[in-house]
Amino acid sequence: MVLTGVGGQGNVLSARVLAETALSMGYDVKTSEVHGMAQRGGSVICMVRWSEKVHSPLIPSGKAHFLLAFELLEGLRSLKYLSGEGTAIVNNYRMDPLPVLRGDAVYPENALESIRSCAARTVELNARELAASAGNTRAAGSCLLGALSLFLEFPVGAWEEAISRYVPPKAREVNLKAFALGRKSGPGAS
Amino acid sequence: MKRTLLSGNEAVALGAYGAGVRVAAAYPGTPSTEILEELSAHPDVYCEWSPNEKVALEVGIGACLGGARSLVAMKHVGLNVAADPWMTLPYIGVNAGLVLVVADDPGMHSSQNEQDSRYYARMARVPLLEPADSQEAYEMVGMALDLSERYDTPVLLRIETRISHSRTVVEYREERRQVDLPYEKDPVKRVMIPGHARLRHPVVVDRLEGLEREAESFPFNQGELRSSRVGIVTSGVCYQYAREAFPEASILKLAFIYPLPEKTIREFASHFHRLYVVEEMEPYLEEGLKALGLDVVGKARIPRVGELNPTLVGESLAELIEMDTGIRGGGWTPPSAHAGISPEAELPSRPPVMCPGCPHRGLFYALSRCKAVVSSDIGCYTLSVLPPLEGIDCQVCMGASVGMALGLERAFSTSNTNAEKAGKVVGVLGDSTFIHGGITGLIDMVYNRTVSTIIILDNRTTAMTGFQDHPGTGKTIMGEETHALDLVELCRAVGVESVRVIDPWDLEESEKVIREEIGSGHTSVIISRRACVLLERRGGVCYRVDEEECTGCKRCLRLGCPAVVMRGEVAVVDEDLCVGCSMCAQVCRPGAIKEVGDAD
Repeated sequence: MVLTGVGGQGNVLSARVLAETALSMGYDVKTSEVHGMAQRGGSVICMVRWSEKVHSPLIPSGKAHFLLAFELLEGLRSLKYLSGEGTAIVNNYRMDPLPVLRGDAVYPENALESIRSCAARTVELNARELAASAGNTRAAGSCLLGALSLFLEFPVGAWEEAISRYVPPKAREVNLKAFALGRKSGPGAS
Repeated sequence: MKRTLLSGNEAVALGAYGAGVRVAAAYPGTPSTEILEELSAHPDVYCEWSPNEKVALEVGIGACLGGARSLVAMKHVGLNVAADPWMTLPYIGVNAGLVLVVADDPGMHSSQNEQDSRYYARMARVPLLEPADSQEAYEMVGMALDLSERYDTPVLLRIETRISHSRTVVEYREERRQVDLPYEKDPVKRVMIPGHARLRHPVVVDRLEGLEREAESFPFNQGELRSSRVGIVTSGVCYQYAREAFPEASILKLAFIYPLPEKTIREFASHFHRLYVVEEMEPYLEEGLKALGLDVVGKARIPRVGELNPTLVGESLAELIEMDTGIRGGGWTPPSAHAGISPEAELPSRPPVMCPGCPHRGLFYALSRCKAVVSSDIGCYTLSVLPPLEGIDCQVCMGASVGMALGLERAFSTSNTNAEKAGKVVGVLGDSTFIHGGITGLIDMVYNRTVSTIIILDNRTTAMTGFQDHPGTGKTIMGEETHALDLVELCRAVGVESVRVIDPWDLEESEKVIREEIGSGHTSVIISRRACVLLERRGGVCYRVDEEECTGCKRCLRLGCPAVVMRGEVAVVDEDLCVGCSMCAQVCRPGAIKEVGDAD
């Protein structure tokens, strides 16, 4: 499972919630996170793996079952990890990086289509708007996790417990709401 | 036993707590920072952010001599700073155990170089352990401290980014050992005058014999025999990559890697014609194996630069192993290619940027208008090297900008070719790095009467590593209030004639002061003071562009603020991102950017 986005979008926290949920189900779990300079608005990739036994915390190219893209360009950048049989859950949100803002580079117009063409299944969400309706745009990660949860066998209670435990207390309610909204607007979209 | 998911850094901290560490010291540095942060949650461990890594190690040395188990943590380049005490510590030995945890950063996620710390163990002749996941990191801290006490030597525990920042399952014990050893004076052993050091050097060398025996019986060295044809030797997180890439291969995973366990290696090697060594960065294991006369392939195939991953390990060795053994792809399954995927290289990059409202942006914008030659060092502000600010000429390590400014000025002032640059050199560094390594350079500058301007970017924290306190903030890692170092008084005490404080959000004033000081003809210090915006947001206001008044001149874009973008022919401020710093409004000539109440 690859979670990808832009530093500051809450990608690392969502990876944590997913990992703790998988752990609570008794799996061996490994994650890989990004800290430090790369967090200052740069590309951020987190990986979460769970199974009976996991070796590498890094996922080999083409072996991820899920790609959770917090932003379109970043989804495209990490597409190489997604298996041909994999599912992409995409926040339909564009955030121009500095080279694009400055006019030195062009934002790929067909990002969503490229993701669709590579993934066996693509779920598209306006996670930012959903999160806003839950109370805060910063809870978009929980919307995406909500959509993801429909594909996994983890019970809703396990997700909610992980959110309650690892999201800072003042953002807890908003994130629980965002998770529920994401779950409601999940598959069926495509 | 309890079961939990821990990052390698958290596991190191938990292991240290259980092993009875009473004193821990560090200077923050990605990827090592969280070790001390985690450990400081335990009030029965004295933890400190030291001014730099050398002091951190010296604190650890004092503590272990004083009978307390101690842990010192740093990133790879920090060990360069601490190298002086590090090289003589093995001579004097320890009393209670001392473990130095060093975190390397292959791939340079957040570092200026890609050095391989394993050579620091070999150079100092200190035992070196390397865990392959958080469980091993947890266990090895205690084992390192036991080893340290039994052999009267410091121990180096080497981790790296993918250990530090990967979470893996850890089963741990809820216990804390009590280690409190008596202090006895022993100057022949602990005072390294040449006469004593000559007596101690043989001890350092002779110690290795016993350590070699320890390495042979170290429980985390694991030989896994599967394939009779493919034998891989590896250590650390690379074990996980090799295991994943070649699931059928036999693997010798080494965890005690200095001194190397020769018998263990030879026994494993006896099953194979040739061994493949999987390691990141330098050919450290490969050299060790080659010195044993073994047929080994490592860096001839595996990249010496950058970070490895399972795919890269598979790609690098598949063809060779197939040639050697006839096994298809050596047992590696390549990923199936996606159709129509945009090659990564064609996608626009997304470099990290300074945050909206970052005080460094104001300072570098003002500085860039003064046409100075700028030496810099390590911090968020180093990002101003990128367009559009492009405000830095050179940078090497923490604190170096001051000495480099001095050298540049001396080169220019004795030059015919570059004479016009003389007197226009500016050294820039952060508050934390000034204390870390800049203050001695400033003393040099005053002492040797050099005309340069030093700008201290005082954002009241160590921002890039995640807001750690330092001697200037008035708070310790344990959360105690303490004396806050007064940078103005400090610079004056050093002998700097002119020390001025500016607010970098005030662009006009900042530029005026910088110009005055550059032209002043003496050593001067400007303290650019405003707290990091991530610490203190300015609430209640943000800025909006009046589309009627915007001429589309793009002057505001020269700030490189991610909140200011062009939409068609006019500029737009993203009100979600804007923190109300007003800098874009200050640079806007037609006055089209206006303050409004916060969108909230």
